[in-house]
Amino acid sequence: MEILKFSALELGQKIKRGEISVKEAAEAYINRTKEKEPEIHAFLSLNDTGLSKRIEEVQEGIRAGKYKSPLAGVPIAVKDNICTKGIKTTCGSKMLENFIPGYDAQVIRKLNDAGMILTGKTNMDEFAMGSTTETSAFGITGNPWNNRYVPGGSSGGSCAAVSAGEIPLALGSDTGGSIRQPAAFCGVTGLKPTYGRVSRYGLIAYASSLDQIGTIGRNVRDCAALFETIAGWDEKDGTSSSGKTERWGSLEGNLKGVRIGLPKEYFGKGLDNHIKEALEQAAELMRESGALVEECSLKMTEYTIPAYYIIACAEASSNLERFDGVKYGYRAKNWENIHDMYRKTRTAGFGEEVKRRILLGSFVLSAGYYDAYYLKALKAKNMIKKEFDRTFEKYDCILAPAAPSSAPMKGTSLQDPLKMYLSDIYTVAVNLAGLPAVSLPCAMGKDGLPVGMQLIGNRFQESKILKAAMEYEKLRGAFKMAWEVKG
Amino acid sequence: MSQKINDAIMENVENLSKLSLTAQEREKTAKEMEKILSYVEKLNELDTEGEEPLIHILDEGSRFREDEVTNGNGRDEALANAPGVADGQYTVPRTV
Repeated sequence: MEILKFSALELGQKIKRGEISVKEAAEAYINRTKEKEPEIHAFLSLNDTGLSKRIEEVQEGIRAGKYKSPLAGVPIAVKDNICTKGIKTTCGSKMLENFIPGYDAQVIRKLNDAGMILTGKTNMDEFAMGSTTETSAFGITGNPWNNRYVPGGSSGGSCAAVSAGEIPLALGSDTGGSIRQPAAFCGVTGLKPTYGRVSRYGLIAYASSLDQIGTIGRNVRDCAALFETIAGWDEKDGTSSSGKTERWGSLEGNLKGVRIGLPKEYFGKGLDNHIKEALEQAAELMRESGALVEECSLKMTEYTIPAYYIIACAEASSNLERFDGVKYGYRAKNWENIHDMYRKTRTAGFGEEVKRRILLGSFVLSAGYYDAYYLKALKAKNMIKKEFDRTFEKYDCILAPAAPSSAPMKGTSLQDPLKMYLSDIYTVAVNLAGLPAVSLPCAMGKDGLPVGMQLIGNRFQESKILKAAMEYEKLRGAFKMAWEVKG
Repeated sequence: MSQKINDAIMENVENLSKLSLTAQEREKTAKEMEKILSYVEKLNELDTEGEEPLIHILDEGSRFREDEVTNGNGRDEALANAPGVADGQYTVPRTV
């Protein structure tokens, strides 16, 4: 357990100094994973092929000065919608149950170049569609604080793995809150970067205009250091931004004179009282430390979920056309002709939530309905973006809840899809406007489940939210991980 | 006003989606879709007159590169994932 105590950056430093070997670090986490997996099921596969060779190569590379990253030698887990060459990448779907990518996603290349050690792929809602990780075709992940509860989703496996001490750092993806909401439910930190900051090359697409890969860890600095590792322009992603990257991992916390807006629409009806109180306490702490905290208004809030689900489902219906039983993945056994094969393959290969979103997306894009739904949603998206632009003229950060309540119990969310969609109220606007946001724990609820909050910034202003979050973390004090409390 | 999802619409949407629902699933899905659509129709309250549809959130938009092969020949790895392969090519049911 000794090795588990260190943050990712501390572990990286000890590896660099030779106090802990790459092998010792990897073994500590792999053993911990093997011990906890029967209970948590955060992983879909463990990377055992060639791992010992990779560990040796990284150890030697650190010694020889090839790997200079502060995270060199540190183990990492990756969400199973990010392509890993030679390692199964299922997207939590029967459709891709046996899919082995022939190439690495750009973020995986960057992790490899930094000398990080990939230990496995994590569970997720099928094709990242869901808020609980229960739509996975390969079993349900437990919340490490209480196994009867969900870890949130769709990056529930990555967040649960960090929370349970199975890994110090992980990658997730965030299309409508899929990093920030499970981070809040599991009591870990998650960063959703500005759209375009991190290459989506090799991320299996759900809604391409909203998808963004981000980082999950125990604290803000670890997440920032990992973000620094994976960010940057990539010509293989046509929407990748040429915006200048920064030394995010080396930032110093600061709240003096930072203007923080609390959108009144985020603190009204629908927000659980204990979450509201926890955020008000966080706001007060930041105010005492010199931040200028005041109420603001985001009047477009009630239109964000309608716009989000129209756009996300439309893009999903288009992106998931590629799963036709020809090039990869599942193919139905008995069919009469090619169209019958497509239909039988897709009908049997996709789960219920994925089908629902494909059908909804096909509807809003279909002749006669395109203007009324899809085009209308894109116009609403513009109004949402403009409202954030105006808000960020006055404020550096927006403080918001990550979810209206703490984690729900397993088996209670999927019966009512609309109700589940509505719980994304505090997260989807960030994706529509392409903004960066960090989700971090701020309190423990009486129910024994963590409460998270978000700091949202303007596009390309990650440094502002990270600095504020780092300073808030100091004021809050150490937030124990589930594995430290629950064992 | 909420969009009524009738059988004809469901059939069209299933065709477009290349999905087949049983009668029972279709009835359930149509009800769920109606519920979701009547909620998202909240957007009709918004005056979007003169508002441009926003596709690219970043000013840079999409950028293109020359269509040159840069990742080598991955034919064998690609075909290894295919459910049907013959003579180094994908196989599909007879189409003509």
